Amino acid sequence: MTYENVYPFVWLAWVAGAACFILGLHYMNSPASARNGNRLSAAGMAIAVGATAFLLVFQPMDNAALTWAIIIVGFAVGGAAGLITARTVPMTAMPQLVSIFNAVGGGAAALVAIQDFLTHGQGGGANVSTTLFVVLGVVIGSVTFSGSLIASGKLQGVVSGKPILFPGSRLLTVVLGLIALFGTLGLVFSATGMVKLDPMVADLVLLAIIGSALVFGVTMVLPIGGADMPVVISLLNAFTGTAAAMAGFVIDNPVLIIAGALVGASGGILTKLMADAMNRSILNIMVGGFGGGDHAAGGVAAGAGGSVRAIGADDAAIQLAYAERVIIVPGYGLAVAQAQHACRELGELLEERGVDVKYAIHPVAGRMPGHMNVLLAEANVPYPQLKEMDEINPEFDRADVVLVVGANDVTNPAARRPGNPVSGMPILDVDHARSIIVIKRSMGRGYAGIDNELYANPKTGMLFADAKEGLAQLTAAVKAL
Amino acid sequence: MTELTSLLYPITVFVLAVLVGFEVISKVPATLHTPLMSGANSIHGIVLVGGMFIAATANDPIGYLIAFVAMVFGAANVVGGYVVTDRMLQMFRKKPAAAKAGADGGSGAGKAQG
Repeated sequence: MTYENVYPFVWLAWVAGAACFILGLHYMNSPASARNGNRLSAAGMAIAVGATAFLLVFQPMDNAALTWAIIIVGFAVGGAAGLITARTVPMTAMPQLVSIFNAVGGGAAALVAIQDFLTHGQGGGANVSTTLFVVLGVVIGSVTFSGSLIASGKLQGVVSGKPILFPGSRLLTVVLGLIALFGTLGLVFSATGMVKLDPMVADLVLLAIIGSALVFGVTMVLPIGGADMPVVISLLNAFTGTAAAMAGFVIDNPVLIIAGALVGASGGILTKLMADAMNRSILNIMVGGFGGGDHAAGGVAAGAGGSVRAIGADDAAIQLAYAERVIIVPGYGLAVAQAQHACRELGELLEERGVDVKYAIHPVAGRMPGHMNVLLAEANVPYPQLKEMDEINPEFDRADVVLVVGANDVTNPAARRPGNPVSGMPILDVDHARSIIVIKRSMGRGYAGIDNELYANPKTGMLFADAKEGLAQLTAAVKAL
Repeated sequence: MTELTSLLYPITVFVLAVLVGFEVISKVPATLHTPLMSGANSIHGIVLVGGMFIAATANDPIGYLIAFVAMVFGAANVVGGYVVTDRMLQMFRKKPAAAKAGADGGSGAGKAQG
């Protein structure tokens, strides 16, 4: 057997791996089959990696022992680190972890492209198209690497979640973009032979491109507010996929191209969904400098829209316990207060009393797409009770009590009217319910910086407390009934 | 122009794969968006294959170093991604785990999800 004989079969194995990825994603269409889908996808990965290892046995190498040592030791080190992190990470930290995986994935893609350039790049070895994909892989991979690290830092609280803007930061971003662009053009023209670049110079140009792309990633994510992170993570996910596909073009490998395209599509769809659910354009988010999570909005129109009725835990508990249908609306505040277990406890208690309990989940609840569902699933809430916005909205009309915990803008009826910051944003129709209880620490405004008209609704009672504490009070009060 | 011709097949594959991706992923319910992203994350760990190739073609210390780092990154991505996605998906249950103190089993079970 020779490399040439083995290659077609290995190629078919790569196609099989890619097919497993697609089928695996297909099985993600329902919680019942999703776990098997993920395993199928993992099997596809094992096939693709195994086939590659088999192929490399027949490839002549400079120093085979060293190469195999690097592959095996590198895999063991990285795999162990990934395994330990994946086993121990708390579910609240999933967004950070996904960001870290985006970073290493993008970084690895950039490294593959860089190394390919260093081996074949100079001296007219590379053609125009390869050079173009190499540079694209390097740029996208590097931006993803540094950008994802900053995003992860923001989510972890190591980097401030507030938008960080310094004088000239926008200008710097533009300059860095131009350096990367002109560097790319220079290398591509050099590959056509129109301009003759010394190999040494070409390496330096590539280095400048890497450097500017890395800094660009930092300056791109720094000005983005913490509450926009669901969009940013999705976008960086799409970038990583694209970078992997570029690496696939560079080394002419179908499984990298297909896998990268799938991830790019997935990240793209999620980015669009998140941006729509926040009622903001992707461009508007990337320009950044808007909102910073829990900020004190500039004091305009403080008490607009009538008075607010406060309610005690005992009264609220009576309403909940004697209701027929209760819908719980958990939001970002619940995730921050880590109150998902307290929430499930109250929900279970009500169920035991014969109350029909459902959870209404807005697409941007939590800190990444679908995060709230994972937090509640971890707290043992059965997934059939978790309802998406479109599914639950008609049910608010029939709900006796809606309990809003740590959600704000996504419940503001003002979104139905034009002319305010939340106009047009898809919201949960909480105000259609017969009675509403809101657990909230204070009358502070949400991310959009406007008052929530729901709070002034005569049907609404405000239970002023921290999410976790408020839920614990309610649970105790229901038990005492 | 021949070198551009050689690009036509990979570009075709890329475009079709993006469209398949859109088709498949738009059917994933919002409930599973976090596992979806985490699962997609593990899929882009396929750059591991790229890492193996550059390890095979490397012939100087810088090349070996780059290949090693790419291998570590890619492996962490693949292994960590699949394991954490599995951990997440295993939490999505139809009914609460039986291990929980099923205090009031009778009435709790009777109360269906509607």
